[in-house]
Amino acid sequence: MRLHLLALLAKEPAHGYELKQALEQTFGSAYPSPNIGQIYVTLGRLEKDGLVRAVDVEQSNRPNKKVYYLTAKGRDVLTTWVDEPTEGPRVRDEFFMKLVLAPLTGIADRMALINRQRRHYLSLMSDLNDLLSRTAPADSVAVLLIEGAMLHLQADLDWLARCQEDLA
Amino acid sequence: MSVIKTVNLVKIYSDGAVPVPAVRGVDLQVEPGEFVAIMGPSGSGKSTLVHMLGGLDTRTSGEIWLDEKRVDTLSESAWALLRRKKVGFVFQFFNLVANMTVADNVELPALLAGASPRDARERRQSLLGALNLTERADAAPGQLSGGEQQRVALARALANQPSVLLADEPTGNLDSRNTRDVLRLLSDVHKDGQTIVMVTHDARVAALADRLVSLFDGAIVDDGRIARRRTGTAGEVIDLR
Repeated sequence: MRLHLLALLAKEPAHGYELKQALEQTFGSAYPSPNIGQIYVTLGRLEKDGLVRAVDVEQSNRPNKKVYYLTAKGRDVLTTWVDEPTEGPRVRDEFFMKLVLAPLTGIADRMALINRQRRHYLSLMSDLNDLLSRTAPADSVAVLLIEGAMLHLQADLDWLARCQEDLA
Repeated sequence: MSVIKTVNLVKIYSDGAVPVPAVRGVDLQVEPGEFVAIMGPSGSGKSTLVHMLGGLDTRTSGEIWLDEKRVDTLSESAWALLRRKKVGFVFQFFNLVANMTVADNVELPALLAGASPRDARERRQSLLGALNLTERADAAPGQLSGGEQQRVALARALANQPSVLLADEPTGNLDSRNTRDVLRLLSDVHKDGQTIVMVTHDARVAALADRLVSLFDGAIVDDGRIARRRTGTAGEVIDLR
């Protein structure tokens, strides 16, 4: 979340709610709406680290709002982030661990685990089908994100089939 | 009343030195309007099963019932006649008639099933329209891309408004946009009550089904509904950081 907010602030200074709206507009309904509390907590930390600067703006009949600006240090951090290849695991998976450890528990049937998981993935895929059909083709960020999720799910299903072959 | 019912259906290939069991005692019942996806690892008997359901492969033992009529005991010609009226089939490879136009390829099954020329033409126009192929109606299959031929094959399989649409990997040749058209058509005909039994490893297509049957080593190892929640986002699969 830190770097997403820095990137949005690189375009123009904004207050917390505007950042929330900008993220929502980019992803449409393809991605969960960011939590406003989390945005303010993150902005507070960025401010403490000197990556953004907050300026109080007076509003008539309302409490002051804080507008956040990207600092030079913030811009450096952002540039480094964009320039580097993205590290870290691409997939976080709990199911495979369950499948491997299941026989040790003495209760789980691996065939049943795989079958249940397959139906669960298809149920997620069914949601994504609906989501894609409700998304305008012009919302290319949302469309690409949904298609990415579909390709990951397809890989998960292929992996399940592969795991199942090994039960023979 | 089931559209399809099999009783202890078995297929053993005995062409080689050692008999190979492909389907080992499948009991499957498909109700009118149901969309059943069949999945499983390669060699699990999926294709053999749907081929037998459509009369394209003979069973070794067991029973196959179509619209409450026993069909596995029919002669080949009687089966062929029944199939024209009751079964639509779409494969990974399209098997279109090369020297007929796209329009004629799609109209032919409806005419063979006894539809009037006018009804056959209307049906063809609506199917080709739904699959974004209206402009290709007068082309020969050889002039079409793989994805276009696959969509024509689907239109043809639906032309006779069959009791059941049987499909074996029907989206094998489609890019993402063409798949979208096919998904929409399948979803529409299913809403209109079309019964569908489909072998696929494509999760987007399988997710349209009401029910998933998993085959393993020639037997059904799972048979259940695919839950619909209609609340998900891509965030359940991809965590953007």
